[in-house]
Amino acid sequence: MDEKLTITQGPHVFDRLSTQNMMYGVCLALIPAAAASVIFFSWKAVALMLACMSSCLLTEAFFQRLRGKKICIDDGSALLTGLLLAMVVPPDLPVWMAILAGVFAIGIGKEIFGGLGHNIFNPALLGRAFLSAAFPAHMTVYSAPIDAFTSATPLGLMKFEAVQTDLWSLFLGNVAGSVGETSALVLLIGGAYILIRKYADWRIPVSFIGSVYILGEALHLLSPGKYPSGLFHLLAGGMMIGALFMATDPVTSPVTKSGKWVFGIGCGILVIVIRLWGGQPEGVMYSILLMNAVTPVINIATKPKRYGT
Amino acid sequence: MFKAFSGGVHPREQKEGTKDRAISDVRIPLRVVIPMIQHTGAPCRPVVKIGDTVKKGQIVGRVAQFITSPVHASISGTVREIKEAPHPTAGKSVSVVIDSDGKDEWDTSLRGRKDAAGLTKEEITDIIKESGIVGLGGAAFPAHVKLKPPKKIDTVILNGAECEPYLTCDDRLMIERPAGVIKGLLLIMKALDVNKAVIAIESNKPNAVESIRGALKNPDIRLEVLPTKYPQGSEKQLIEAVLKKRVPPKGLPLDIGCVVHNTGTAVAIYEAVCEGRPLIERIVTLAGDCIKEPSNLKVRIGTSIKDLLDECGGAVKEISKLIVGGPMMGIAQPTMDTPVIKGTTGVLFLSEDEARFFDETTCIKCGRCVDACPMNLLPSVYAKLVKKEKWEKLDDYNIDDCIECGACSYLCPGRIPLVQYVKTGKRELFYMRKGAQ
Ligand code: SF4
Ligand code: SF4
Repeated sequence: MDEKLTITQGPHVFDRLSTQNMMYGVCLALIPAAAASVIFFSWKAVALMLACMSSCLLTEAFFQRLRGKKICIDDGSALLTGLLLAMVVPPDLPVWMAILAGVFAIGIGKEIFGGLGHNIFNPALLGRAFLSAAFPAHMTVYSAPIDAFTSATPLGLMKFEAVQTDLWSLFLGNVAGSVGETSALVLLIGGAYILIRKYADWRIPVSFIGSVYILGEALHLLSPGKYPSGLFHLLAGGMMIGALFMATDPVTSPVTKSGKWVFGIGCGILVIVIRLWGGQPEGVMYSILLMNAVTPVINIATKPKRYGT
Repeated sequence: MFKAFSGGVHPREQKEGTKDRAISDVRIPLRVVIPMIQHTGAPCRPVVKIGDTVKKGQIVGRVAQFITSPVHASISGTVREIKEAPHPTAGKSVSVVIDSDGKDEWDTSLRGRKDAAGLTKEEITDIIKESGIVGLGGAAFPAHVKLKPPKKIDTVILNGAECEPYLTCDDRLMIERPAGVIKGLLLIMKALDVNKAVIAIESNKPNAVESIRGALKNPDIRLEVLPTKYPQGSEKQLIEAVLKKRVPPKGLPLDIGCVVHNTGTAVAIYEAVCEGRPLIERIVTLAGDCIKEPSNLKVRIGTSIKDLLDECGGAVKEISKLIVGGPMMGIAQPTMDTPVIKGTTGVLFLSEDEARFFDETTCIKCGRCVDACPMNLLPSVYAKLVKKEKWEKLDDYNIDDCIECGACSYLCPGRIPLVQYVKTGKRELFYMRKGAQ
C-alpha cells in the first residue's frame, strides 16, 4: 500500500477556479450579450460570431503547431478572444474581414508574443484596431438594430451632430453600434456574473466605470450644453463591454492591487479625453490598448509596500 | 469591529468530520519510535543505550544548547534500537525505538506541584524546558525560548485560530479543557511577567468560544473572535488581526512587544508545571475521506501512523495521499511508518478525489496570488525569476518575507506551484549569499 502514496509539495487542496474555467466562464457571461445581438442583428451577428471564433481557434492551433507546442486551444482563451472580437465589430462587416481580424488578433496579438500569458495587448481589441486601420470605411458604418437602416451611433450623434440619444434606449441597446456592445443591460448581467464568480478582479471595472462617471458628470455639470452626462458616457458605445470584459483581461492588466486601480482610472480618463476632445467619437478601445501598453510600467511602479514597513 | 489581516484565502473548512468528536484515548502502542528532532533548533542526542529500561517521562535525548528541547520516553519499556527512521518533516532522523513492557509506568522522579503559585518565573521556565515543551501548533519552536525574550513583552496572544482545514485538535481542547488552557496561559503570563493576554479564536469555532468564555474569570485576559480566514494562525497574521500591528521585516513578534503561544502548548505547560508531566502525548486530528472513523485522539509521541489508522477503523478507500499537518502546509508522507511527533497537529488520509493534483500551466497574470498573499509579496514574479534562475533579483522582491503559507498556490488558476518556486528560490539565494561571503 505504501508505494502508492503520492508525494507532492503543499498545498494539497486548491480553489475550484482554473484558467480554463475562467475563460469558459467569461464566454458564458457573454451569452446574454450574444443573444441580444442576435435579436438586434439576426443572422449577421451569428455569422460574425462563428467567423471570429473559428478563425481565432484555427489560428491558435496553427501557431501552436508551428512552434511545436502542445495544442491547447481547449483552454478557452482563443474562443473568448473570438467571441469578444465579434462583439466589437460593426454588424455589417463582411465576414471575410472578420475572419482576417481573428487571424490578426491571435497571430499578431497573442502568438507572436509567445502565446497565452505573454501578450501585451488585448488580442480582441488589437483585432478591432487592425480592422479600423485596414478597412476604415467599413468600421464606421453602423446599422440600427432590427430595421437595419444605416444610422450614426449615439456617440457619433453626440459628437458630430450634438444629438442626445435617450438613456433608456442606450440601456436596453436598441441603438446603432457594434454587434454586442449596444445593450448595457445584458452586459451588466454578464459583468455581475463574472465578478460574483471571481472570473475577473472587481477593482478594474469599478475604477474604470467610476472614473468615467465622475469625470463625465463633472464636465457635464460645468457645461451641460456642451458635454453629455456621466450616465450617457457609461451607457454609450463600447464602455460597458470595455470596462467589464476587455479591461479585465488578466493577461494585459496589472497584477498588483493598486496597479489595477491605476489601470482602471487611467482607462477612464483616456475614454473621456478621447471622446470629448479626440478626433473620433469612441475612445474605449484606444484607452484600453494604451493602458495595456503601460501595464508593465504600472506593475513596477505599484510594487506592494513591504510588510511591516 | 472589523478585524482581519490583509490577503488570505477561504479554503473549504472540512472540519465537520471531526469537530464534534471528543478527544479519546488510544491503546498504548507496543512500540514507539522517538525522533531526536522534534523541534526547531539543535537536534538531540540519545542519552540511553540499546537494552536500557526506560520509564514513561524519562529523558531519552537531549543536547546542551539554548535553542533545543529534550525528548522523553512516551511509554515504559526497553530501548530496542537507535537508528535512522522515517520522520514527518525531516525525511529521516535518528530515533530511539522503545518496546513497551505493558506496564505504562511513570518515571518516579517526576512530581507535580499543586502550589504553582509559589514558583518563580525562572523555575516555571526551567520546568517547561525540562519537560520538552515546544509549540504544538506545528512549528515546534521550543517554548522556553519564547519565555526568555531579550526584550520587554506586554501582551501574550494565545493562538486558537486553527485555520488549516480539517484540523480540530485545538478546537476540541478548548471545548473540553478550557480551565487547562487558561491556567497554562496564566503560567505563560507569569513566566513573562506580563499582565495582558488575548485568546484569539476563529469564528468557525463557536463552541470553543463559549467554553473559553465560560471559564474565563480573569479581567486581564481578553477573548477575541476573529473572522475565519487562512492563514490566521500564522504568527504575524494573528498579531496583525488582534493588535493591528505588523511585525517589521526580518523581525520577531517580540519586536513589537508580543509573544504568541498555541492553545495546545498552554495545556501542555499546565500539565508540565502543575502535574509534573513532560510532553509525551498530544492531541492529533485524524481525518480525510479515506478513514472509517475520523477522530481526535490523544496520542503518545512516537506512535506510528499505521497504528493510528487501525485505531480509526482502517481505510475505506484507497489512500492516495497521506499528509502530516493540514492540507495547506502539511507534508505528504511516503510511508505509514512515520511517527507522530510533538508538532503533529493532524494526519490526513486523502483519496485521489480529495487531494487532486494538477499540472502546471502558464501564468495568466491575473494577480490572484498577489491578492491572496498575506505578506504583500508578488508570488508570480518569484515563479518567473526562479524559472530564469535570476536568484539575485529575488532579494529585490523580499522573498525572505514569505511565510510559505501556500495561499498563493491555492488560488492560482494556472496551478503554478508558487510556494515550491519560492522554496527553491530561497534556498538558491541562501547558497548564493553564502558563496559570496
Ligand atoms: S495566480 Fe497564478 S496565474 Fe495568476 S498571476 Fe499568480 S501565478 Fe500567475
Ligand atoms: S506562500 Fe509566501 S508568497 Fe505565497 S501567499 Fe504565502 S507568504 Fe505569500
